[in-house]
Amino acid sequence: MIDSQKVTSNASQSRLVKKTSVEVEIADLRKITEIVKVKYGYDFSDYAMSSFRRRIQRIVEMFHFNSVSEIVNKLETDNSFLDAFLAEITVNVTEMFRDPAFWREVRDHIIPNILLNHETFSIWHAGCSSGEEVLSMCILLKEMDILDRVNIIATDIDKPILAKAKKGQVPIKNMELNEKNYIRFQGQGSLKDYYEEKNGMAVLDPALLQGISYRNFDLVQGAVFNKFDLILCRNVMIYFNQNLQNRVLKKLHESLFKYSYLAVGSKESLIWCEIANKFIIVNNEEKIYKKIKD
Amino acid sequence: MGKFQVSSIYKAILIGGSAGSFQGVTKILSSLPKEFSLPIILCLHRLKHVRNGFEEALSIKSTKPVTEPIDKESIKKGGVYLAPSNYHLAIELGNSFSLSTEEMINNSRPAIDVTLETGSYTYRNKVIGILLSGANKDGAWGMKKIKDRGGLTIVQDPAECMIETMPAAAMSLTTIDYVLEIEQIIEFLLELDQQYR
Repeated sequence: MIDSQKVTSNASQSRLVKKTSVEVEIADLRKITEIVKVKYGYDFSDYAMSSFRRRIQRIVEMFHFNSVSEIVNKLETDNSFLDAFLAEITVNVTEMFRDPAFWREVRDHIIPNILLNHETFSIWHAGCSSGEEVLSMCILLKEMDILDRVNIIATDIDKPILAKAKKGQVPIKNMELNEKNYIRFQGQGSLKDYYEEKNGMAVLDPALLQGISYRNFDLVQGAVFNKFDLILCRNVMIYFNQNLQNRVLKKLHESLFKYSYLAVGSKESLIWCEIANKFIIVNNEEKIYKKIKD
Repeated sequence: MGKFQVSSIYKAILIGGSAGSFQGVTKILSSLPKEFSLPIILCLHRLKHVRNGFEEALSIKSTKPVTEPIDKESIKKGGVYLAPSNYHLAIELGNSFSLSTEEMINNSRPAIDVTLETGSYTYRNKVIGILLSGANKDGAWGMKKIKDRGGLTIVQDPAECMIETMPAAAMSLTTIDYVLEIEQIIEFLLELDQQYR
C-alpha cells in the first residue's frame, strides 16, 4: 500500500533524467518496421504501439540519435546494428519466481497433474529472455526430485540475451528480490543452496541446467517445432497487439498436447482470443489454461 | 457556466499519486456519481509484491468498483482502473490498455510517467492529468507531455499534500492549469461531469 509516512521534501535532491526532445510518431514506427522486415525478415508491425514506441524512444536516447530517420539509416547501412536493435526492442526485465503464488500452483497442482499420466514430460519457455524463469523451473523440479525426467526448451528472438541465459548466471544485485520471491514460493531451502557467487554474479549449479536446450526462435514468424506438456509464455504477448496475440496463441495451441497446460502472465487473458474455446481456465488468478480441443 | 469553465472535449482522466495520496484518491472516488462520464485511470505507487488487496481497499469507499485492467482490455466510460502492481499501465491505440514489465522508471513500476505520457499521446489534447501527493518526481515529465500536447494539468495543492515533492516537481517542469485541494478537485470533476449530461 501507499507509504503514508510523512517525510521531508527532497525535491531539490531529485535528479532529472535527461529526456531527448525527439518525438517518435506512429509514422516513424512504420518506417522502422518496414526496413527491419524487408532487410532482416523480422516483423514488428503488430507489436503494441505504446511499448514499441517507448522502445524506439529508448534506442534514440541510448545511442544518442538525433532523429528516428537516423535509426532507419543505421539499420539500412550497418548490419551489425541489428543485434543491438533487437536487444533493445525486446523487453528483458525478469525475476526468478516472479509471482510466487504462480510457482506454488505449478509445483502443487499443475506438475502433479502432468505426472499422473506421464513418466517424463517437456516444458517450453517461450520468450525466456535472460532465463530467470527457466532457472526457477529447474530449482522447482529439483525440489520435486524430477529434474532428470523433464526436457526444457527455452527460446528467445534476441540472440545476445539467449547467450546470457545459457550461462545460468544472475547478477548478485538482483538476488535479494529473487530470494524474497523464493521465500514466498516456500521453497525447501534457500536460493543460496543453488548458486555460488563469482564476480558479482550468482552462478547457478551447472548440474541443475543440464536438461535445458536454448534456441533462437522468433515467436512471430517461426514454425511450430514440437509439442509440449507445459508452455510458459508469461508477459511476452503483452508487447503484441490483439491481432498478433491471436496468431501467436494459435501457434502455442498447436505446440501443446491435448490436455496440457499454457501459462500466461497474471494480467493477461485468453478471453478475447479467437481460439479461447479450445482452452479452459485451470487457475484464473495465475492465468493457467488447459488445452481441451485440437 | 461553473467556476472552472471546463469543456466537454475530454476522453479520460489520469490520476497519479504516491506517498500520502491514498486518502485523497478514496475521497475523490467516493464523491463522484456512480455513472461518471469519463474513464478514470489511476496510477499509484504500491508495493510490488503485494498483488492483491489494493483494488478492494480502494473499492470499499468508491461509488463504483475499481478494477485492475487485463492487457488489451478496452477502456470504458465510467470505469475506474488501477495500474496493477509490478506492471506499467499504458494507454494503447483503439481505446485500450497495454501492460508492460519494462524497466522501472523513477524507481517505480507502475510509473506514473508511463500512464500520463501514453495517455497524452493517444488522447492528445483530450486528456486531463491530475497529480497528487508523493515523495518522488515520477509524473512530472508525464504532466509536461500532457501540457505540451494541449491537455489539461491539475496538481494537488502542495500546501495540502502530506508530501509535496511530486506536485512541486510537476509545477517546476511545466505549466499547471489548476493547483487545487482535494475538495476543489472533486468540485472540478463534478462540474466536468455536468458538461457531458
